[in-house]
Order: sequence, then structure tokens, then C-alpha cells
Amino acid sequence: MKPAAFDYARPKEWSEAVKLVGAGARAGAGTQSLGPLLNLRLSQPSTIADLRHLPNYAGVIVAGGVLRIGAGTTHAAIEDGAVPGRIGEIMAAVARRIAYRPVRNRGTIGGSLAHADPAADWVAVLPALGGTAIAFGPNGERRLPLTGFVLGIFETALAPDELLRAVEVPVLPATAKWGHWKFCRKVGEFSKATACVLSVPGAKPRAVLAALDGPPLVIEDASALLADPVREASRVVATVEGLSPWRRSVAETALRHAVEGAA
Amino acid sequence: MSKIAITLTVNGEETKVETEPREHLADLLRGKLLLTGTHIGCEHGVCGACTVEVDGVPARSCITHAGVCDGAAVRTIEGFGDDEIMAALREAFAREHALQCGYCTPGMLVTSRDIVLRLPDADEARVREELAGNLCRCTGYRGIVRAVLSVLAERRKA
Repeated sequence: MKPAAFDYARPKEWSEAVKLVGAGARAGAGTQSLGPLLNLRLSQPSTIADLRHLPNYAGVIVAGGVLRIGAGTTHAAIEDGAVPGRIGEIMAAVARRIAYRPVRNRGTIGGSLAHADPAADWVAVLPALGGTAIAFGPNGERRLPLTGFVLGIFETALAPDELLRAVEVPVLPATAKWGHWKFCRKVGEFSKATACVLSVPGAKPRAVLAALDGPPLVIEDASALLADPVREASRVVATVEGLSPWRRSVAETALRHAVEGAA
Repeated sequence: MSKIAITLTVNGEETKVETEPREHLADLLRGKLLLTGTHIGCEHGVCGACTVEVDGVPARSCITHAGVCDGAAVRTIEGFGDDEIMAALREAFAREHALQCGYCTPGMLVTSRDIVLRLPDADEARVREELAGNLCRCTGYRGIVRAVLSVLAERRKA
């Protein structure tokens, strides 16, 4: 199918972009999620504001123990090593398994996160890495924890007149352990269950279970999960409502594999 | 609805063309520039038939609007006439029975060329992983995988 008609705006300044979005325009970045929704007419915005020409929209800056990743940074750039250090290794491995390379060449980390498809990869992974979303609105920047950024299906903590400008993630020591497992019947398709575990020496391990048809489930202290993955995965999954038996089963499996990966 | 005037460099030639914001790149290439080698399959980014090069890297032309490509260099399957890797891939596809109906082939070739350039050490498992975004309903992929692996092997020897 073809999209319903819409107008196209190409803001050159963040203030202009925020005004457009506040007036009801739909933000567009790589449009690798939005494009299909438009073609299927599940989304029919009157205007699309193309964010790709905004200053500092893409790129990675390292400062003060954190890495600031521009929302417009593509999955392919992250796959190819745009993020330095241990966290860059972790993120490159995640990026490589997002959809397909032609999609990764245009799709962006910020677009994917702000779109908030429950099965999307960064929606699952960024809360586990424990960083901050940088929103930009009429009053400037606002910082939001990534653990509470996605609130539901296609729903985030961004206000209607705010845009996601960047995500900040911590610099991790080389000894940080990471486990990530997702269930896809075919390479590149949307996940049916995703789990991640981050274990940094001297800090409580954190885990996330996602692709649950709702917001990701963040386990701030995953010590019990690491100590007894079988029992704890079963207990955690039992707290999620509305999953069919096979989805429960793959969700438990995802958690157990993520724990193994971080061992 | 609004029209926008854009400039694209398509297969090396600068082209000024008018588009509607909702028009995707594949429709513009096929309908306005008559470059019908770009095929449209699923129209939601899954099948890979519409894969073309935008600014030197593969992209899905069915979920990339023509308007956002203003100023970009686009290369379609018609634009690889003097490309050595594409020539080798075309020969390998013919030799290895990597196509039957040919519908997936333009996108398959653009993706295959990217694999050869970007992943010179790719083994069979990696080639299969990278090809997962291009669906073929005739061949069962074995011929396609053999074709890509043979070009990779030739280049490693050279």
C-alpha cells in the first residue's frame, strides 16, 4: 500500500523542530519503523518533521565518564564501532542483530527508542545499560532515566512537544559482563522475548526482560536471578500478565540465557 | 498536497524531479525515472527486493521517502555496469543458479555486493545471516549463498 498524503518539513534548528512537533507533526528520523506504518496506513500524520538535518543529531561525544550518543546515530554506525570502549563492544553486538544491514544504514538509535515498539532492541537494551535519555522541549533539555523511558506500546515519557535529542550511557570497565539473548525464528525479525543482564564489578547486577507487549521489565537488583536463574526466571515471568504459555516459556529461556551470557 | 522539488544523482547523473512527500524512493525511481530494475515486493522493509544504494550504502527504497533523499546519490541495479564486483556477482549468480524468476535478484545483488565489500572474510553462516533481509521464493538460497561465497573466495585469492 501507499501512505496517505502528508506534508514534509525539514527543520534546521531544534527550536523549530520542537515547534513543529508541538503543533502535531510526527518526528521522522530514518523512518525504518515509521515507513512501514505509513505504507500500511496504520499511521496517518498530517506532517512529518525530518530530524536528520538538525545540528549534532548524529555522532558520539565522550565527556566526564559518560558517552553521549546523538539520537540520529544509525545502528550501522554503532555496529561499525562508533561507540568506544567496553560499552561500544556491547552495543555493536546488539546493533548487528537489529533487522538487516540496509535497515541499519538508515534506522537510528533515537528513532527506535522514541518509537517504543516493545519488541525493539534498544528498548530492551538501553534500560539495562542504565543511562539517561536527553529530551529537548520548549524549555531546553530535560534528563530522563532510560529505565523508565518506555511506558507502554508506542508510549514514552516524552511530552507531546519534546524530542529525543540523545542518549547518555556510562563508560564501562573492561571487566563488565554482559548477557543478551533474544528469540527470533528468523534473523532480523522482531523479537518474541529479549533479556539482558549487565554485571559490573562492585555494583548490583541489572537485568531487563522485554518484548512483552508492554514496557520492558527492569530488575534493578538481579542478584537473585544470577544466584538461581531457573527459579527466579520463572518467578519473574509469572509476574507479567497476558502472556500465552509459549511466550512465558521463551521469556524464561531468554532470562536464563542472558544470565549464562553474563557469567 | 504539497509537491517538493528535489535533486538526486541517480546512477551518476544529476536529476531534478518533483515528488510528493508520501512518495517513496522506489516509486519515484520506477514511475518517474523509468528505472524498473528496482522491484517492489512487500513495501514494508522485510523482503529486500527494493534494495538500492543511497550515498554508497544499501537502503530499502520502499520505506525511504524520495523527498528525504534530496541531494543524495542513488545507485540502482542499472547503475553497476562498470562495477567489477557486480560483474563477478552477476556471473556467479548465473553459474550457480542463484535466480529463477529474477524478482529478488536486483536487491539480492545490491546486498551481495555490500557483503563482498564490507565482510571480505565472511563464511557461509555469516553470508546467510547477512542475506536474511532479502527473500527469495524460488531458489532455496543455496545457489545464492554459493555465488556470494565463490566471489568472496576469488577475491581472497587475488
